[in-house]
Amino acid sequence: MLAAELELQIGEIELQIKLDVRQGCPLALAGPSGAGKTTILRLIAGLATPRSGRIACGAEVWLDTRAGIRVEPERRSCGYVSQDYALFPHLSAWRNVAYGLREHNRRERRRLALEQLERFGLCGRENARPAALSGGERQRVALARALARRPRALLLDEPLSALDPRTRASAGRQIAAILHESQVPAIIVTHDFHDAALLGEQVAIIDRGKLIQRAPAGELAAAPTSAFVADFTGAVVLTGTARPGADRLTVVALDGGGEVLCTSHGTGRVAVSVFPWEITLRRPDSPAGESARNHLRATVVSVTTVGNRVRVGLTGPQPLVAEVTEAAARQLQLRSGKLVTASWKATATRLLAL
Amino acid sequence: MSAPRVTRPRWFAALMTLTLAVTLAFLALPVLAIFLDTSPWALISSLGDSQSTDALALSLETSTIAIAVILAVGTPAAFMLATRSFPGRSLVTMLLELPLVLPPAVAGIGLLAALGPQGILGGALGDAHIQLVIQTAGVVVALTFVSAPFYLRGAQSAFVAVERSYLEASRTLGASEARTFLHVAIPLALPGLAAGLALAWGRALGEFGATLMFAGSLQGVTQTVPLAIYDQFAENFPAVLALSAILVIVSASLLLTVKLLTGARELGRAGG
Repeated sequence: MLAAELELQIGEIELQIKLDVRQGCPLALAGPSGAGKTTILRLIAGLATPRSGRIACGAEVWLDTRAGIRVEPERRSCGYVSQDYALFPHLSAWRNVAYGLREHNRRERRRLALEQLERFGLCGRENARPAALSGGERQRVALARALARRPRALLLDEPLSALDPRTRASAGRQIAAILHESQVPAIIVTHDFHDAALLGEQVAIIDRGKLIQRAPAGELAAAPTSAFVADFTGAVVLTGTARPGADRLTVVALDGGGEVLCTSHGTGRVAVSVFPWEITLRRPDSPAGESARNHLRATVVSVTTVGNRVRVGLTGPQPLVAEVTEAAARQLQLRSGKLVTASWKATATRLLAL
Repeated sequence: MSAPRVTRPRWFAALMTLTLAVTLAFLALPVLAIFLDTSPWALISSLGDSQSTDALALSLETSTIAIAVILAVGTPAAFMLATRSFPGRSLVTMLLELPLVLPPAVAGIGLLAALGPQGILGGALGDAHIQLVIQTAGVVVALTFVSAPFYLRGAQSAFVAVERSYLEASRTLGASEARTFLHVAIPLALPGLAAGLALAWGRALGEFGATLMFAGSLQGVTQTVPLAIYDQFAENFPAVLALSAILVIVSASLLLTVKLLTGARELGRAGG
């Protein structure tokens, strides 16, 4: 368990935050640029010092301003991967990974580094300098380097933002798998809600140095406590189990009941996401439209006006949210407790690996 | 409107070419003249002259010691200036750069006032039986004083240019600040450190005024090459030319060696 209580003035922003992260339950810190997300990671890693606060990882206290404790970054054993990966340009890939393995002798260091590179699919790239690696390879070397030391906590700053869209999807799945495997508390900073939903069991929305809301991604999208969170989350995320279906579509049996069809392929545990503006609402007794293949019965729990749109929070088998025009909301007489059917097209459904 | 760019005015290109040509001629001609006026035979025979060889040996010895001291003390100091912020940092930087603009003769007077027999620390040095005036050690002190700022400046900007994230990554990977300095900061700053080193060494080899004022000009003890040149200047101009040519060759090969060494490293890095 990693617990942090931090207070710091950063320019105009007053950072004031309290977080705790359990192992096996990675926390995604999401929010707009300049919200203070990166600063939180730097404070935990010991690269910056808060005005006041306390950081503890398991039984170790890394910082306690009141007790005058401040452990140097090299003694915190944090696997920290910065946004630019910061691979040492003068060292080959394996020497980068071996850099943190100082307690071993030379031969052992090399062996462990090569083993770690192999684990990250970088066989044959051990002698390449960072400049000769692709963006995806660099990111994997950085992760391999951070994890080689078996850190007590893992801190990833925008791990996907430096990658091109093609590499991004596979790298995202890989990081999600690593986070599940490694039994250490992990915090992932991102400004993208989709990445947050993919990488974090829980998502904490940060704005202007404050924690706005913290919950599993699906819940955040369905029951935002503020218009800011509602606007930020963007997508609805549902979890379930995928299997191949008819017409080369994938059928996802949702946790809690109901089925969803989507055009992308996958099997096993998955998450599906759909944007709220793709979801249409109708009365349960009215006929279904022609093209929408996905229909879920749900109860309205909240109606929030955001600009000229109305966000409708729903509970069905899982929480979800739809976005409709004000006119539609009036016509359907949407209010809390009303029963509706939410529909969307199979093509509007994204499949995310868990 | 996005009209295609009109060709650059010709006159400016001509002006740039002309100014560069004038600069090159003015700066290179005196250096070349030393060689054009010296026969290779004069160069070789000057090496048989004891005053010249003594001066050359002393110059190499004193400048090497001075550079070693500057490297050992200046590198961590420059790293601190580049990476830590503390009150009065700009003042410290300015004070360290002051010797750059100090006339060499004034530098010599300053050294006398500080470390000479009647100087501020003169008594303490005397008690410790350390004598600097008219001593080879005094030459080393003078060379260190005038050339250290060149290295410090180069080293400071080289360390500033090292991305902070590399230093931070090193710390989070379990390396102390000292280890980070040795294994990350120095290798990454090496080209800049080497450039500063070459400049400082060149300045030390050419040092004249401060050495003369502080250590004097005694053959074999404090008479470095520039002092020997000045000493012989009136009576034996051909010998002076030969000695000057040798000093140019030594300084130029020093500069070239440093450039080649760091250049090769750069190429190696790019090649992965």
